[in-house]
Amino acid sequence: MAKNATIESKAQVKAVKKTAKPIRGTIIIISGLVFLCFSFILSISLGAADINLSTIYNAFFNFDTGVTQHQIIRELRFPRIIGAALVGAAFSVAGALMQGMTRNPLADSGLLGLNAGAVMMLAISFSFFPGMPYVYTVLLSFFGAALGASIVYGVGSLSKNGLTPIRLVLAGAAVTALLTALSEGIALYFNVGQDMAFWYAGGVSSTKWEHLIVITPIVIIMIFIAMRISRSITILSLGEEVAVSLGERTVRTKLISILVIVVLAGLAVSVVGAVSFVGLIVPHLTRKIVGYDYRWIIPVSAVVGAVLVVVADLLARTLNAPFEIPIGALISLIGVPFFLYLARKGGKEL
Amino acid sequence: MMSQKTAGLIKRQKKAVFVGISLVVILIVLFVVSLNTGVMKIDPLTVIKTVFGQGEATDELLLFEFRLPRIVIAVLIGMGLAMSGAVLQGVVKNPLADPGIIGINAGAGLAITLFVTYFSTEVGGSVFLMPIVAFIGAGLTAVTIYAFSYKKDEGISPIRLILVGVAVAAGISALMIVLTLKIDPKTYDFVATWLAGSIWGSSWNFVFALLPWLIVLMPYVYFKAKVLDVMNLGDSTAVSLGMNLEKERRTLLAAAVGLAAASVSVSGGIGFVGLIAPHMTRRIVGEAYRYVLPISALIGGVLVLAADTIGRVILQPAEIPTGVVVAIIGAPYFLYLLAKLND
Repeated sequence: MAKNATIESKAQVKAVKKTAKPIRGTIIIISGLVFLCFSFILSISLGAADINLSTIYNAFFNFDTGVTQHQIIRELRFPRIIGAALVGAAFSVAGALMQGMTRNPLADSGLLGLNAGAVMMLAISFSFFPGMPYVYTVLLSFFGAALGASIVYGVGSLSKNGLTPIRLVLAGAAVTALLTALSEGIALYFNVGQDMAFWYAGGVSSTKWEHLIVITPIVIIMIFIAMRISRSITILSLGEEVAVSLGERTVRTKLISILVIVVLAGLAVSVVGAVSFVGLIVPHLTRKIVGYDYRWIIPVSAVVGAVLVVVADLLARTLNAPFEIPIGALISLIGVPFFLYLARKGGKEL
Repeated sequence: MMSQKTAGLIKRQKKAVFVGISLVVILIVLFVVSLNTGVMKIDPLTVIKTVFGQGEATDELLLFEFRLPRIVIAVLIGMGLAMSGAVLQGVVKNPLADPGIIGINAGAGLAITLFVTYFSTEVGGSVFLMPIVAFIGAGLTAVTIYAFSYKKDEGISPIRLILVGVAVAAGISALMIVLTLKIDPKTYDFVATWLAGSIWGSSWNFVFALLPWLIVLMPYVYFKAKVLDVMNLGDSTAVSLGMNLEKERRTLLAAAVGLAAASVSVSGGIGFVGLIAPHMTRRIVGEAYRYVLPISALIGGVLVLAADTIGRVILQPAEIPTGVVVAIIGAPYFLYLLAKLND
């Protein structure tokens, strides 16, 4: 019996692997990276002050502190774009892992309360420890994301029918409402409302080199870990039984992915604020392109997510210049119709 | 057998009346407490004196022009939202329905924002248009949500309705934030306050704008209590009892949207009241709508007035928006219901 189950499971895994489209994946990754470079340049040159290409070139290779435009590029625009790309990759990989691990097509760190938890911790850190080094802020942010996730999953698993996707989303909505209300209360009490308004709406405009130094290595390490466990995630995404029958150590995989999810989400929120839907949209698009094998989904999601947020940030800056549209709102406007489409279609998946 | 049943009914009626009276008493106590709390403290005796026209001019101004209208509005919107929630829960047969959670409030808020942007609130008379504007916005949103959660072969699945509502609410909030960039800073403040759920309209004008809606819709809904009871028995029973189900559903839904929209047009987007109040009520007086409706209205009034008073007092001189206080109470309750709910 057990042997049969194993054979069947192996067949399933094979079938999934067959859906993988390595050539397409490679093309997407390469063209994505090229596109990313292209949007980097576009992003640097467009904005409240337009800058031409030769100035950009000079800013990197013949930097002159006397030239304002060089300063703008080096100190404002460049860190901002790197920040946007990292945040996009982080949210997307976190979303992909969540969707794979929980087999929940509606999973996203924003929808499931992780982002709100991180924002609440940011409110606390601004209120109680103003001027705290950025590293500690990031750590608190992880803790907040973990808090949000555990409440949502706790409520979900307490309920009689278990962790259905819809139930999790509803619990996520309520937890988000609660944690946001709490952070508003805290922010009002300590008069940091003005600082916090930024985090609710979302934006990468204040990204600085000192932040990037902290987050860049962590994001890269986390994505690397995600890639290492991607094979196990693929098997988990076929269901607990399949994974067990193939001798997978599911608990270990789950723990590692939870850690990666919480760190990536917390980190991204500490840079950009509570931006939802990136982690929802990107993995879905990616699956459409490269199939269901997470060894491809994760890296491609990272690239696609980076492109999405960089482009969204570019639009946020230029659509209504000189004002900025909060990037979170902009992405929500794309994300909500997408979510509705999934929720409608999802008779089978949900 | 029969007499036992009647005895049970009488007992329940007595209980409902008792609960109703106690709630009115609580409301009055809260009313007095709320009147004399705030940044400027007035002792209870002065409050009573002033209420009877024996006080000083400054106290009179503070009480009658600032605190009293705000308290009245808090109670009225609490009632409106609670009743709206009770009706919604009955009509869509979903215990998690609430005008805030399913996005009706957000739709009203968007319409109000547009209205405030293009016709400033300062213009006399426009205050009375606001509930109508809110109703249009909320109505369009309700239709959208209904359309998205309807599936040909399954009809409306209760939980999908909530899911779609949550998403629509998120989308509308995002749209409001984007809109705020097009408008002047003053209107921006308005939107920010609205989203946080402050009671922002606190003069008698707003009371008079809101009141007619409640005076018409609350008795109308109460008059339909029997219909809601029958709906509760299931579609086939309702039809076999000769009810025009679709028509009743539509009118009741419109009434619920109207109640929520009118309330929200003078307050911010306060969620969870329409969820909590009817649930608490059902626990106390059972399912019969002729008790559920008035008692939830009272609980809703108490809840919002209490939240507003707490919000005004706890962080003096800053105010916590009422919606924030309600969410801190309401969200855990929603989670509790979610965990308990069977599909």
